[in-house]
Amino acid sequence: MARAVVTVPAQAKRGEIVEIKTLAAHAMETGFRRTQLGELVPRDIIRRFTCTYNGVEVYRVDLHPAVAANPLIAFTTTATETGTLSFQWVGDNGYSVTEIAAIRVE
Amino acid sequence: MTARAARLILALAAARLFVEPAAAGEIPSSERRSGYEFMSRETRAMQDDDTGNPGTLWMLDGEALWKRKAGTADRACSDCHGDARESMKAVAARYPAFDPALRRPVNLEQRINACRVGRQKAPGLAYESKDLLALTAYVARQSRGLPINITIDARTRPFLEAGREAFFRRQGQLNLACAQCHDDHWSGKLAGSPITQAHPTGYPLYRLEWQGLGSLERRLRGCLTGVRAESYPYGAPELVNLELYLMWRANGMRMETPAVRP
Amino acid sequence: MTTRREFLVLAAASLAAPTAAKAQLDPNLAAKRKAAYEEALGKVVGGARVRAGRVKLLLPPLIDNGNSVPLSVAVESPMTAADHVKAIHVLTQRNPLPDVVSVHLGPRAGRAGISTRVRLADTQTVVAIAELSDGTFWSDSAEVVVTLSACLEEGLI
Repeated sequence: MARAVVTVPAQAKRGEIVEIKTLAAHAMETGFRRTQLGELVPRDIIRRFTCTYNGVEVYRVDLHPAVAANPLIAFTTTATETGTLSFQWVGDNGYSVTEIAAIRVE
Repeated sequence: MTARAARLILALAAARLFVEPAAAGEIPSSERRSGYEFMSRETRAMQDDDTGNPGTLWMLDGEALWKRKAGTADRACSDCHGDARESMKAVAARYPAFDPALRRPVNLEQRINACRVGRQKAPGLAYESKDLLALTAYVARQSRGLPINITIDARTRPFLEAGREAFFRRQGQLNLACAQCHDDHWSGKLAGSPITQAHPTGYPLYRLEWQGLGSLERRLRGCLTGVRAESYPYGAPELVNLELYLMWRANGMRMETPAVRP
Repeated sequence: MTTRREFLVLAAASLAAPTAAKAQLDPNLAAKRKAAYEEALGKVVGGARVRAGRVKLLLPPLIDNGNSVPLSVAVESPMTAADHVKAIHVLTQRNPLPDVVSVHLGPRAGRAGISTRVRLADTQTVVAIAELSDGTFWSDSAEVVVTLSACLEEGLI
């Protein structure tokens, strides 16, 4: 099942700044909503998003309940070398999703 | 009756709040606009970009479900229908469509479930379940950009008329008819939000208010609750008749599934 | 029509309805949230001075729905090893919680920024703070008008 969508250019020139767009499937339950009976729906969010480039962390985001459902995170990174970009989302209740994308750098 | 009361009633009648809306109040085709045009630039951008449109997540799920074998018949949608990009092209644009076995129109969700139960011999998918929304979104996505194409014949005309009658009928504690807002007062505002013409061009769609993807029936039930009427259950013939009328009323407009709306 | 018995049962149930209902009606809510924002801001910058500038916070001034508001931050910086943005923090003044996102980055990012979608619970000021490698803090703020709030309304229908 699609848990995340990642858009990365397949190739880039060395030193070029590339745009990365990520979209994760997650309700991002704030912990402020109530059921019809008035009971609080417990918080259940993605807490951290990390991007590593050939194993080196290049971008990290700490998320709070104010991030919208199905969070979009778009950012840039410098194309330094051919390899693998790895994206990881970690959150409450053991939530953990990893997506990878290959990038060819000449 | 005092002169003042008479003037007040005349003013209200002029405002057409106490006058039964005429069928001729329908929007002329040159003035028809999708809900897309009532949104902010940013929300439109969210719809236009597949890589950022949350509906894409459901659509990808639908693509996976399309290929997955199910039921005691151990059959996938693709086993009969092949590549959805070919076989499902323009299909959603002509739903609700007449089902000869049931002798009435059915919507796309009901058509998908009929296949699941009848051909795949699998249990039907619950209305508004993740799987049914995903499959419906995937099938409807294959109509994106194509004009809505509802044809009415002797079999479907009575259901269209039932839907039209419901659209013009005052209901609920607020005693409002759909037409009063969506034919007569579109481009006005309700509690700060624009009133659209209510064309179902993008269903199932990602609604920011729901923070998720939902069907046209979910939206209709929300509207009925909004005028403080008793809402029909999912799949009710009254809802499908209204869907048929709304799609027919939007004939020729382009499908946008999966749309984004506030 | 509600019978007398049904009315009494409903009344009793609503009395038992909890303190959180009272929290929604707290007359000091705005002040408490402002204080929470100040505290969160303190955690981010310590005692350091925050200067306006270098940061560009983009939000639509009038938004369709507070549940999902597109937000982007861009910080002017050469993004070299010697001079780059270490972190970007986004805070709100009237949400139930002040923190929104914290970005941790370095020279490899190429450009310092983030684009995302956030929830806003009220018409308010949103603040973005950038922490530079030289230890200085820079900020930008934006006013947003919210008619359909996040966090406070059910949005089930």
